[in-house]
Amino acid sequence: MLADKDRIFTNLYGFESFSLKDAQKRGDWDKTADFIKKGSKWVVEEMMASGLRGRGGAGFPTGMKWSFMPDPEKSGKPHYLVVNADESEPGTCKDRDVLRNEPHKLIEGCLLAGFAMGAHTAYIYVRGEFYNEASNVVKAIKEAYAAGLLGKNAAGSGWDFDVILHRGAGAYICGEETALLNSLEGHKGQPRNKPPFPAMAGLYSCPTTINNVETIAVVPTILRRGGGWFAGIGRDEKNAGTKLFCISGHVEQPCNVEEAMGIPLQDLIEKHAGGVRGGWDNLLAVIPGGSSTPMLPKEICETVNMDFDSLREVQSGLGTAAVIVMDKSTDIIYAIARLAAFYMHESCGQCTPCREGTGWMWRMMQRMVRGNATVEEIDMLLEVTKEVEGHTICALGDAAAWPIQGLIRHFRPEMERRIMEYRKAAA
Amino acid sequence: MPKLTIDGMEIEVEPGTSILQAAEQLGVEVPRFCYHDKLTVPANCRMCLVEVEGGPPKPQASCALACADNMVVHTNSPMVKKARTGVLEMQLINHPLDCPICDQGGECDLQDQAYAYGFDRSRYHESKSAMPDKELGPLIKTVMTRCINCTRCVRFADEIAGTPMLGQLNRGEDSEIGTFIEQAVDTELSGNLIDVCPVGALTSKPYAFTARSWELQKTETIDVHDAVGSNIRVDSRGNEVMRILPRLHEDVNEEWINDKTRFSYDGLKKKRLDRPWVRGDDGKLHEASWDDALTAVAAQLKKTKPEKTAALAGDLCDLESMVALKDLLGSSHFECRTDRTFFDVSERCGYLFNTTIAGIEKADAILLIGTNPRHEATLINARIRKTWLEKQIKIAMIGEETDLTYPYEHLGTGPQNLEKLIKAKSGFAETLKKAENPMLIVGMGALQREDGDAVQNLAREAAETFGMVTKDWNGFNVLHHAASRVGALDIGFYAKDGFNLADMSLVYLLGADDFDMSAISKKAFVVYQGHHGDAGAARADVILPGAAYTEKDGLYVNTEGRVQMAKRAVNPPGDAREDWTVLRALSGHMGKALPYDNHVQLRDRIVKEWPHMGDIDSTAPAEWKKFGIKSNVLKNNFKPLSQDFYLTNAICRASATMNECTTEFHTESQKAAHMQAAE
Repeated sequence: MLADKDRIFTNLYGFESFSLKDAQKRGDWDKTADFIKKGSKWVVEEMMASGLRGRGGAGFPTGMKWSFMPDPEKSGKPHYLVVNADESEPGTCKDRDVLRNEPHKLIEGCLLAGFAMGAHTAYIYVRGEFYNEASNVVKAIKEAYAAGLLGKNAAGSGWDFDVILHRGAGAYICGEETALLNSLEGHKGQPRNKPPFPAMAGLYSCPTTINNVETIAVVPTILRRGGGWFAGIGRDEKNAGTKLFCISGHVEQPCNVEEAMGIPLQDLIEKHAGGVRGGWDNLLAVIPGGSSTPMLPKEICETVNMDFDSLREVQSGLGTAAVIVMDKSTDIIYAIARLAAFYMHESCGQCTPCREGTGWMWRMMQRMVRGNATVEEIDMLLEVTKEVEGHTICALGDAAAWPIQGLIRHFRPEMERRIMEYRKAAA
Repeated sequence: MPKLTIDGMEIEVEPGTSILQAAEQLGVEVPRFCYHDKLTVPANCRMCLVEVEGGPPKPQASCALACADNMVVHTNSPMVKKARTGVLEMQLINHPLDCPICDQGGECDLQDQAYAYGFDRSRYHESKSAMPDKELGPLIKTVMTRCINCTRCVRFADEIAGTPMLGQLNRGEDSEIGTFIEQAVDTELSGNLIDVCPVGALTSKPYAFTARSWELQKTETIDVHDAVGSNIRVDSRGNEVMRILPRLHEDVNEEWINDKTRFSYDGLKKKRLDRPWVRGDDGKLHEASWDDALTAVAAQLKKTKPEKTAALAGDLCDLESMVALKDLLGSSHFECRTDRTFFDVSERCGYLFNTTIAGIEKADAILLIGTNPRHEATLINARIRKTWLEKQIKIAMIGEETDLTYPYEHLGTGPQNLEKLIKAKSGFAETLKKAENPMLIVGMGALQREDGDAVQNLAREAAETFGMVTKDWNGFNVLHHAASRVGALDIGFYAKDGFNLADMSLVYLLGADDFDMSAISKKAFVVYQGHHGDAGAARADVILPGAAYTEKDGLYVNTEGRVQMAKRAVNPPGDAREDWTVLRALSGHMGKALPYDNHVQLRDRIVKEWPHMGDIDSTAPAEWKKFGIKSNVLKNNFKPLSQDFYLTNAICRASATMNECTTEFHTESQKAAHMQAAE
């Protein structure tokens, strides 16, 4: 279990105010200028040493991502940092707490990260539904400007830095980084083709890095306490540091909690969320990393650790570390059908497999819920998910396919049973 | 230059070439729906997926992926085949299976690809989605359920036409293409939306359900509705033109044509002159035999002195008929400029679009003088827009303000503004001086005035002042609007010293309709040879039925001086004949037969006197010489050519479709313009 002294988000639950004064008491904005004076190379190297991997879902090493940004002197274009606060993945609510209770960690992180990649401007793209959260961040930004922590010569570092908050209109797809950029530019929120990657041509065709809220918010603490400290927490150097886990569903106490990477899933649920409703044996399955990651049945949940590579080994993923717990009262097929409906609703409609495939999958899932299908259609459904997966512009197609693949992988007998039952009733 | 391997074949390509383009160079076909070489690349159909070794373990969209060194690409591996089959299945699940009643049937990309990658039956047992159809005006029919959301039409409207009125609304399955607020697509290039649509979502409204593409006879020919000389394909069935499509010619029209070219063909079937008519003693026209009509004309011609005889050539005449008429009437007065654009045409460089249409793309500053290229030569306007879109070039205009689909600086509306510009040191004058390849375009609106020659002279001065004419660049351009004009000027079908039409006692109208017939003396004997019962035929004493442009072989010289050959697609209706044969027959009746018995001999005669006419599809640069007459210009403003884009000639005026367009677009927009002016 993570020791209290190693916690980064000490006000995650909002027991104290988010104001600058209280944030500074907690250690935020302490000697920020010193880090900047050490130079951007030092910041990037420290981030690489920390082993921090992106907290938005894909888990790409953050230091490496920053190092892809061209030399600001050579690129001849403004650089941008964009913070992805469009947290919409079902089950995920970690960034929300950071935004409303720890906005100064995020803003300080913006300055440091922005400096590391040669950006003078950061945009924070907040999900439209997060009205109160956006208000808190705006208040915090105003405080920071008033205190000279942002603007010209931010925090006395000699680096000019602006932070601009932009509220989205509440579309899931705008959490995809390039769709977010399109939305920020005023276009329809549809993902762009990659390459070119945003580091070469992002916002307004300028070099841009897009990072998750949590990723940016942990940067100041990592620099303050050293990359080595962060790398020392967690399972190994590739799955290092602390992580915010969101535990929801059929647990006694749904919660957000900061824990060490690689904590056993069972520990996470039992120690922090008060255990599965009705006891561990009442567990049916867990979606470990937000709705798009394939679910895990109870047997795997008992042994699996919560980190990028362990979950990958069991054909799932850490994603946003949003643990959705389902007990035996759950209609597991209906649950996944609901997710299929979500992805159909949120598909942007730009590219064919996702536009057409998400609807097809949802319709088949609806029939599977009732059992109004044939056993062969389960295979066909699996084939359809494979036709969508990997053929789309962005990862939404994959995200729509994986939950269904997880269902078929682990609960095929239940699907078949329901089909037989339906037939019996029909006969 | 990147060197890569595609399907085991090595190729070296220009940097920035996509894999799809490289594959095309190798002759490897990559299926696609959304990709179009003239439009931006959205990579949204996902049909062109290929396998790239060493990349991520999933197929890549070849249209959007640039070639890189040492890439190894497979376009026919099992992974690719499986991916494409999957994508095609997705395209088809919500696509109606109404090919038998779809006008795109037989030339549909989706249909073709379904043969290559489709299953023989559908696995989709859910209910199909449907989309309500859109009303996009009198030209485009929509069946939105067939739409595969490739967004080619959206990109065409945004990029080529410059009228961003289409978009993809909603998201996911509910995505649909539309105009948001239902309105007709108001662009002169709207017909091309039909061509870019890979399926039957956008089809031609006038052509709807009239023919199947495979039963049509295809004739590659040249358009005559403006002086661009767009390359077209006339599709006919029996003796009827069923539709007109563009043909690729990168130097002229690329692969677009305007709506007048495409949709005015129904005018070819209406108000046609299909037999000779002779005005009797009762003052009424009576049907006559060819023999009677020609005898009547021959008698009058013989009776009238050459100096009392005039021949006027209309806007749609082919070169052969004008040469034959000139040969026949030797020493009479000739004129092709029935629109009274009397400027100095003694030097070829003084009346040509010297830069050439493709040359526009090299220009970096453009001055428009008294012209609305959007209406007078839509494809030249599209070329200017393309250049602007690519390089953000500076454009200025002297003349009446109008929406040209690209921004321009308005420098005034009269010739005095041009005088001012020549003397100016700053502003646009500086832009022109600094430009490497500056060009100006003088339209007929600037020359169709009493001081036309002075304006032309002023434009020449401007060209010389701003260094528009150098050894390898000629930026002086005259934009004609009549297909016959440059050819007629080339062969000298004009009066050097002018003449008064009212003094003539015999007027021979060769398809000349677009001028005020009251200029002809009431006593004069008028012969009208042409294909439509329009203004000229109404005034005529003898009507000799001729052939329209789809019904005869003929040469046309476009505004840049490019000689192009039109081909006969169908036969002239009834007793009508190809025009040069009518004149040849008339010469026989006059007892001085013209020295050519067939088309080949006539062409030989033309090429002997004007060798450049034998150089089909080339533009010989005209040598820069002094031209123009220096005199004072008038103070009044340049007026746009007094014409309605959809009704510029006898064929359009006879076309129901064009009249519908005028009601739909012009009256409304003109009304709006008037209201704006009134405010």
